[in-house]
Amino acid sequence: METIKLTIDNKPVAVPRGTTVNKAARELGIDIPVLCWMELHDLNIENNPAGCRICVVEIEGRRNLAPSCVTKCEEGMVVKTHTTRVLNARRTVMEFILSDHPKDCLICPKSGNCELQTMAHRLGIREIPGQEIAAMSTYRKDTSPSIIRDLDKCIMCRRCEMMCNVVQTVGALSAVNRGFMAVVAPAFEQNLEHSTCTYCGQCVAVCPTGALTEVDHTPDVLRALADPSKTVIVQTAPAVRAALGEMFGMEPGTLVTGKMVTALRVLGFDYVFDTDFAADLTIMEEGTELLDRLNRHLKGDTSARLPILTSCCPGWVNFFEEYFPDLKDVPSSAKSPQQMFGAIAKTYFAEKIGISRKDMVVVSIMPCLAKKYECQREEFSTDNNPDVDYSISTRELATFIKQANIELNNLEDGEFDAPLGESTGAGVIFGTTGGVIEAAVRTAYELYTGKKLERLDFTELRGLEGVRSATIDFNGLPLNIGIAHGLGNARKLLDDVRSGKSQFHAIEVMACPGGCIGGGGQPLHHGNSEIIKARAAAIYAEDKKKPIRKSHENPFIIKLYEEFLGKPNSEKAHHLLHTHYFDKKKKIVVKQ
Amino acid sequence: MSSIKIELRQEDVAKISEICASFNNDPQELINVLHKCQEHFGYLPAEVQEVVSNQLAVPVARIYGVITFYSFFTMTPKGKHPISICMGTACYVRGAEKVLDEFKKELGLQVGQTSGDGKFSLSSLRCVGACGLAPVVMVGDKTYGRVAPDDVKNILKEYE
Repeated sequence: METIKLTIDNKPVAVPRGTTVNKAARELGIDIPVLCWMELHDLNIENNPAGCRICVVEIEGRRNLAPSCVTKCEEGMVVKTHTTRVLNARRTVMEFILSDHPKDCLICPKSGNCELQTMAHRLGIREIPGQEIAAMSTYRKDTSPSIIRDLDKCIMCRRCEMMCNVVQTVGALSAVNRGFMAVVAPAFEQNLEHSTCTYCGQCVAVCPTGALTEVDHTPDVLRALADPSKTVIVQTAPAVRAALGEMFGMEPGTLVTGKMVTALRVLGFDYVFDTDFAADLTIMEEGTELLDRLNRHLKGDTSARLPILTSCCPGWVNFFEEYFPDLKDVPSSAKSPQQMFGAIAKTYFAEKIGISRKDMVVVSIMPCLAKKYECQREEFSTDNNPDVDYSISTRELATFIKQANIELNNLEDGEFDAPLGESTGAGVIFGTTGGVIEAAVRTAYELYTGKKLERLDFTELRGLEGVRSATIDFNGLPLNIGIAHGLGNARKLLDDVRSGKSQFHAIEVMACPGGCIGGGGQPLHHGNSEIIKARAAAIYAEDKKKPIRKSHENPFIIKLYEEFLGKPNSEKAHHLLHTHYFDKKKKIVVKQ
Repeated sequence: MSSIKIELRQEDVAKISEICASFNNDPQELINVLHKCQEHFGYLPAEVQEVVSNQLAVPVARIYGVITFYSFFTMTPKGKHPISICMGTACYVRGAEKVLDEFKKELGLQVGQTSGDGKFSLSSLRCVGACGLAPVVMVGDKTYGRVAPDDVKNILKEYE
């Protein structure tokens, strides 16, 4: 590749053609501030509208300051990143942004984690000229089951719009209106609830300010914990333990499984269980369904729909109900682990401890915002009593722990309670892209071939490539597996299924880039994809050290089937652990 | 943006599809498609945008974004007699705002709105190139120059 030589702040640097000034400066250790620009390098995600102009630099021979985030390096370029002109411009830009931004940092949910706040601090802004006479643009607040939009705090960086349209291809959000009235909003400025939003939460994950945040359910959980008539049960999703520590100053990728369990016990939960248990259960149901469809297909039954698609991701379920309702018989009918857990807790476990479902409150800790919506779905409740009462995110849990004066870092490791806290390595890897299908392969292989797997690490299914595929030899039967993470990547595979071109037997889809570890409810990555990689490594490390790494060998799962469910895909299992999907595509109404 | 609903008939859907097809259903042609649709319907109600969205495979949020960006596009139908008051610099300094206020008062409309009977709609525009006549008002194709607030009642009478 052609190399370009230039100087930045009098230091020479050589970079490949096409490199931006901002990145070239980074090579030299010069950190030009950026605000709207964001990149998740290993996931091929970049937001570069050059909208905020915080990153301007002076380039010799050019009349205007140039935004370094999109300006490409040229041979012999002389760049200055901190001249008086640059610093004044940067300050003015920041003052303009702040002049139309609420000053309620003390009570803003993003306070302490806000990129705008950090930038104001970094630039040393101490006053905002004209503040007394300047008007502020205001916009109504919008609360959906998962996400709160507070657009007074929107700085039009358009990261959310990029995630929603380019990465997720959901198209729920767009920049609308002009000038002072400009906001990012759904079509016709309807509320998010009435848009095509899947609640994947990737907009929240990248929002630099408090404009997009999650609905906070911790007050409800606190109320339940304080009610002596309620037995409060908590389940924790696999991706949470690989990220929670970040909110307590630990290195990304630090596993805090044991500390998290202890913290939950200190918070007052009566039973600390694990969604991983339900993940093992999901594998039993989904794996059996895969083998059933596969066997029927091999016998020439054309009604057996292949590929089977995983269905544990609620953002993904919302996506295909909206965009591929014609394919709604293709995904597995298995409920997500969160909902399987709730269904088993409020039947099997409630019976075991002799209480009614009304006296039990099930709380889930999820890396996800779509889970908040999922647990409110009507089909997941009995007599108006939901299987899962409240879903709170990793971030909410961290705040909750801090409020309770618990120093996570200093806690002893605790163990999950039995029986719904016991899980295998297969359950753990649900938290990362490729993990669900790897777990399914470990079980389906042994059930299909009747042979013991010699190798448990299917490295060909791992990684961060957006769309991956691998063929696993099932004793002479080549099983073609597809993996997509990010809904835009999922759309590609779904388009092939729709047109009949898909050669896959099974496809795993996760709505969020990286899978649940990159979920909308996780500690904010602020555009650092190394964090997501570190979380994935932590998940695989946890799997590796588990004594049992195949779902069908989980003794508590075996016992659950013996005592309660019968066989996988039995009538009772179907009633409790499977669901159906809806056509949610908006229809064009035509007057007759 | 305020909006008026439309009940689409089968032939309306066919017309929109035809317009989109004439641009090869190319998402890049969105603005041209919207021009043609507005020419046909007089405005771009949500229902029309949804059909365009289906045809071009462009999210309807984005279409709404384009429509709210360009002042030419509107989601409310223009009245039979569209009234435009020039708010260009010359007209403005010679009192166009007072004229506009008078129209608002007489018609009970805000800028961008259409009267319930569909007769009048009110809009403001920037410079019709007749600054010598400031302030200028246009009703349909007819131009009125040196309009004073007192003239407003008489202008409206012409269209009763």
